[in-house]
Amino acid sequence: MTAPVLDIAVRRRLGDFLLDAAFQSHGRLTALFGASGSGKTSLVNVIGGLVRPESGHVRVEGETLVDTGKGIVLPPHRRRLGYVFQEARLFPHLTVRQNLLFGHWFVPRAVRKPAELDMVLDLLGIDHLLKRRPGALSGGEKQRVAIGRALLAQPRLLLMDEPLAALDEARKAEILPHIERLRDEVRIPIVYVSHSLTEVARLATTVAVVEEGRIAACGPTAEILSRIDLASRPGAPEASSVLSAEVTGFDEAFGLARLSTPAGKLVIARGTLKAGQHLRVRIMASDVMLSLAPPERTSALNVLPGTVSEIGERSGEGGSTVHLHLDCAGQALVVRLTAKSVAALDLSVGKPVYAIVKSVSVETP
Amino acid sequence: MSHWLTPEEWTAVRLSLIVATTAMLASLPPGLAVALLLARGRFWGKSLLDAAVHLPLILPPVVTGYLLLVGFGRRGPIGQFLYDWFGIVFSFRWTGAALACAVMGFPLMVRAIRLSIEAIDRKLEAAAGTLGANPAWVFLVVTLPLCLPGIIAGMILCFAKAMGEFGATITFVSNIPGETQTLPSAIYTFTQVPGGETGAMRLTLISIAISVAALFLSEVMARLVGRRIAVE
Repeated sequence: MTAPVLDIAVRRRLGDFLLDAAFQSHGRLTALFGASGSGKTSLVNVIGGLVRPESGHVRVEGETLVDTGKGIVLPPHRRRLGYVFQEARLFPHLTVRQNLLFGHWFVPRAVRKPAELDMVLDLLGIDHLLKRRPGALSGGEKQRVAIGRALLAQPRLLLMDEPLAALDEARKAEILPHIERLRDEVRIPIVYVSHSLTEVARLATTVAVVEEGRIAACGPTAEILSRIDLASRPGAPEASSVLSAEVTGFDEAFGLARLSTPAGKLVIARGTLKAGQHLRVRIMASDVMLSLAPPERTSALNVLPGTVSEIGERSGEGGSTVHLHLDCAGQALVVRLTAKSVAALDLSVGKPVYAIVKSVSVETP
Repeated sequence: MSHWLTPEEWTAVRLSLIVATTAMLASLPPGLAVALLLARGRFWGKSLLDAAVHLPLILPPVVTGYLLLVGFGRRGPIGQFLYDWFGIVFSFRWTGAALACAVMGFPLMVRAIRLSIEAIDRKLEAAAGTLGANPAWVFLVVTLPLCLPGIIAGMILCFAKAMGEFGATITFVSNIPGETQTLPSAIYTFTQVPGGETGAMRLTLISIAISVAALFLSEVMARLVGRRIAVE
């Protein structure tokens, strides 16, 4: 078995805050997900070498960067990681071109490959900026140059610390597709820090949930986002089901697209989708209604048959809410109902139901 | 220009330029080092070092000159050591004038460089580190270029101070034409003899011209560098 992409177990006290995080990830894009102040940035700084752990280890694809037991703590410049910060941190005295090639210049000769400048320029759409200085760039352009600069340093791992947090919605939309291409086309694993569930659902293959300096859960994105026990906790973001889907056809008359997913067929607004396109869709737990009989004469287009596979504890204010898992042709679907509805329908594990999906969001355009 | 000035006056101008340039260039490496220490260092006695550097700024120049005479004179502890081991002599030589000027200009230079180092965003240096640059390279390709405006300002201030230095120089190395008689000393000498007014005025005008030229040069350089380092 190959070594995990990330193998981390670190401990570090920062004032009153204790970072004590351990997880392994095999994913191409591992999201460190958590609220502000949960320790995500401290954790990524430990990986990047900007914060020194008191004890523990950090291994990237089998290579040891930190192992306090063996007295190994590599300084940042010898870790060969690409770090994209929240603010772009471009060098103001250098041109975009010089910024991009900054890290390439410091790659040890023995492993240095010819700079793939053209590939990176094309990937990020920044070839028209080469001669400019950082002061003359927009926020989105700066961030794309920063990503290119990190890539050209030939990193073994790309660290991205909330790279979109400082940008407005339009700029985020401008950069997200580039990060997706990065994940799918470049053979560099990524650690992506975010407090935005939308970004995580769209980008991550693996999610590590960070909570008060510890890893509360770690696993494949769809599994973590739909976990009942995580969603039932106070303050937790709403659970959702992430499905992979393929566009199989269109309903031209009504401007709709037909999708096939492991859970069944779905119909959504066509938008800019193309036939045969693969995408990720997300269904929020609160956007699903249950019916014991096949619904008739309703406006709902998307109805998925399944059986109840798990019923969670009562949660929320006054224990009014219950999370359930359905098994829809082998695909898990998470549903949030009121405890009263669960009692009224007399739901129990194994009971066949029909899930009426009120809304489907497309995470990959 | 040589038939416009008398040979003695011309010598004083040339000597002043040499002394000021030497003082400026010689204080640059230690000035940069001390500025770095004061801006970034955390060590015991930092405020003491800070005070020592600023001392020439607040002491009467004659006192500084006298201390230099005591320390760096032929029989002074440091002067004797330098002569015995390296054959360097400061007292009553132009090198002594350069030393006096350097000491007087040093606090101005350190201050300007220190402020510009403190203004650098250290996150940029951390970013350079993650891109594979070791600390020495980070200093050379990030820190140094970013504090260049401060370095230029410090050098010009030091040069200007050296051009005008009088008290410490005359106390330490006296007023010997052709060896230690810089522009201010020459002007002073002219004012002490009957009929020296025209000579004094000529040298005064030259002094003004050099100062204005230095200021102008620093403006041009600062603008050139500033355009490169447009703040993000």
